[in-house]
Amino acid sequence: MSVLVFIETEEGKIKKSSREAISYGAALGEVTALALGTVGTEELNTAGANGATKVLHVSDERLNAGLIQPYAEVLASAANHTGAEIIVTAKSSLADAVVGRVAAKLGASLVSNVVSLPDTSNGFQVKRSIYTGKAFANVSLTTDKKVLAIKKNAVEIKQDGGNAGVEAFDVNLEDNLFGAKITSTEKAEGDILLPEADIVVSGGRGLKGPENWGVIEDLAKTLGAATGCSKPVSDMDWRPHHEHVGQTGVKVSPTLYIAVGISGAIQHLAGVNSSKYIVVINKDEEAPFFKAADYGIVGDAFEVLPKLNEALKKALA
Amino acid sequence: MNILVCITHVPDTTSRIAFTNNDTEFDKNGVQFIIGPYDDYALARAVELKEQNGGKITVLNVGEADSDPTIRKALAIGADEAIRVNAFPSDSFFVANQIAAIAKDGNYDLILMGRESIDFNGGMVHGMVGELLGLPSFSPVMQLEIEGTSAKITREIEGGKEKLEVTLPFVAGCQEPIAEWKIPNMRGIMSARSKPLNVVEPTDTTTHSEISSYELPPAKGAVKMVDADNVEELVDLLKNEAKVI
Ligand SMILES: Cc1cc2nc3c(=O)[nH]c(=O)nc-3n(C[C@H](O)[C@H](O)[C@H](O)COP(=O)(O)OP(=O)(O)OC[C@H]3O[C@@H](n4cnc5c(N)ncnc54)[C@H](O)[C@@H]3O)c2cc1C
Ligand SMILES: Nc1ncnc2c1ncn2[C@@H]1O[C@H](COP(=O)(O)O)[C@@H](O)[C@H]1O
Repeated sequence: MSVLVFIETEEGKIKKSSREAISYGAALGEVTALALGTVGTEELNTAGANGATKVLHVSDERLNAGLIQPYAEVLASAANHTGAEIIVTAKSSLADAVVGRVAAKLGASLVSNVVSLPDTSNGFQVKRSIYTGKAFANVSLTTDKKVLAIKKNAVEIKQDGGNAGVEAFDVNLEDNLFGAKITSTEKAEGDILLPEADIVVSGGRGLKGPENWGVIEDLAKTLGAATGCSKPVSDMDWRPHHEHVGQTGVKVSPTLYIAVGISGAIQHLAGVNSSKYIVVINKDEEAPFFKAADYGIVGDAFEVLPKLNEALKKALA
Repeated sequence: MNILVCITHVPDTTSRIAFTNNDTEFDKNGVQFIIGPYDDYALARAVELKEQNGGKITVLNVGEADSDPTIRKALAIGADEAIRVNAFPSDSFFVANQIAAIAKDGNYDLILMGRESIDFNGGMVHGMVGELLGLPSFSPVMQLEIEGTSAKITREIEGGKEKLEVTLPFVAGCQEPIAEWKIPNMRGIMSARSKPLNVVEPTDTTTHSEISSYELPPAKGAVKMVDADNVEELVDLLKNEAKVI
């Protein structure tokens, strides 16, 4: 089976979630990966370890920004070029915007938030997360071509593959695909991206104000974690919107989620219920979040976090 | 300005999710349904844009008759008329096809949707509709300003945001803080009763996928509490029991 995997890069590196997507694809068949814009060949080569046999690279500089229509055009062209039956991508805010178009171009079925490899014993069925992580659906895809967007952190990364050959791939992209002009980009540099992170430390209204975020950031730094927050915290502009976790924010699925001064409203839990382990620190022993936690500490964040940070530093040294 | 807003009819965000009929159907028992929260942002922004520029707002839902109270709420919030495509929204391609068919005839300057529905969280319908109509599509859109036939958009990207300049018409999947959710007032609720809600039958019944069953995640084990004076114990549990650090 021929599989095409869409690679997203971040600061010149293949995203972890794209390596998960390649690993997923490699379990299904022969993987051709596709990378867009300026990326080093050496970096693209490393897709081989995750299971890609070949990487097609469209180096057109106009693709350095994640533009939806041109990306969809390139993906569909590459799928036609390689004869791919299955197109795999990580679910991300960019991929979400792109793959609907790709599926419509190819007449392919599309399933998002996939959490399992397909069951092909009777047709082609995958398990996907629904109701913001509160349930799963088993979905059969009924067309020849299929597009799968894989939930982040749902797939173990394969590391034992070989080298991937990198080939230039040319697509003629009409100017009218570039009708949307990007006038500015604001991006936190060097930070660990929240949706990609293995560990997330999140703060809620219990932290009282943005000036107190140091305790969250220190802990995150020690753990190599990304920082997140509850909705009121981003509504009040204590933290940027892209850190807001929950039903109406980012859905995370890290191995460890540490919630500090967050009550655990059901809308917040919806964004974190796929985490492998949850630690809750709250001064109120009745906080609903404890019911969703694996480990809990009842205490004042401003006393507990510095102590925890020191203990972690010692343990990780 | 002629705006189409596509809304979903979904369980309230506090709903307990359960299934019946051998786990093949969603259990609606005791569940309150609402306009999808992201769709509600799209609608709120549409109402503001209409206040600024004049024009008309049409809301569209692909769903069965039980969607009607949700659609009436959208009319009460400020939409002028509604269309319901009378069909179970079985998969995203099916839904996109219905929306595209309606939009083709409607001459809309703007098609607003939510970034994603909160039942299936696909976040896919806006892109499909854009492609089916040959229009640009953008998502997730956090800000939207219109000036004549051009628009300024802020789109969230992982770890930040970008600003774009685009030309109408296009499709946008909206999210906060594009506008504040609007609560219908008494006048809105009264006038919603007499606004048109047109029910039409689906044009094309093609689907690309079908759901065979639903599952709930395994129940979470009990929480282990650690004393605040003994944070070393938590570190030990994370390291040696959970093995996550
Ligand atoms: C449609 C809808 C969608 C929503 N979507 C989201 C969403 O995506 N994400 C989200 O987060 N919310 C969402 N909400 C809001 C949600 O319902 C809650 O209001 C919100 O999550 C509460 O945030 P919080 O826990 O930070 O604040 P609070 O509920 O005020 O809780 C603060 C907590 O901090 C604790 N605390 C106080 N001081 C300290 C201290 N010194 N040390 C330790 N603990 C302390 C308190 O005991 C309390 O438990 C949504 C709501 C609606 C209606
Ligand atoms: N059944 C439906 N009726 C009308 N609009 C819909 C329907 N399903 C999805 N949409 C729109 O498409 C957006 C994205 O949905 P989804 O791709 O299902 O996550 C939603 O926020 C709605 O604006």
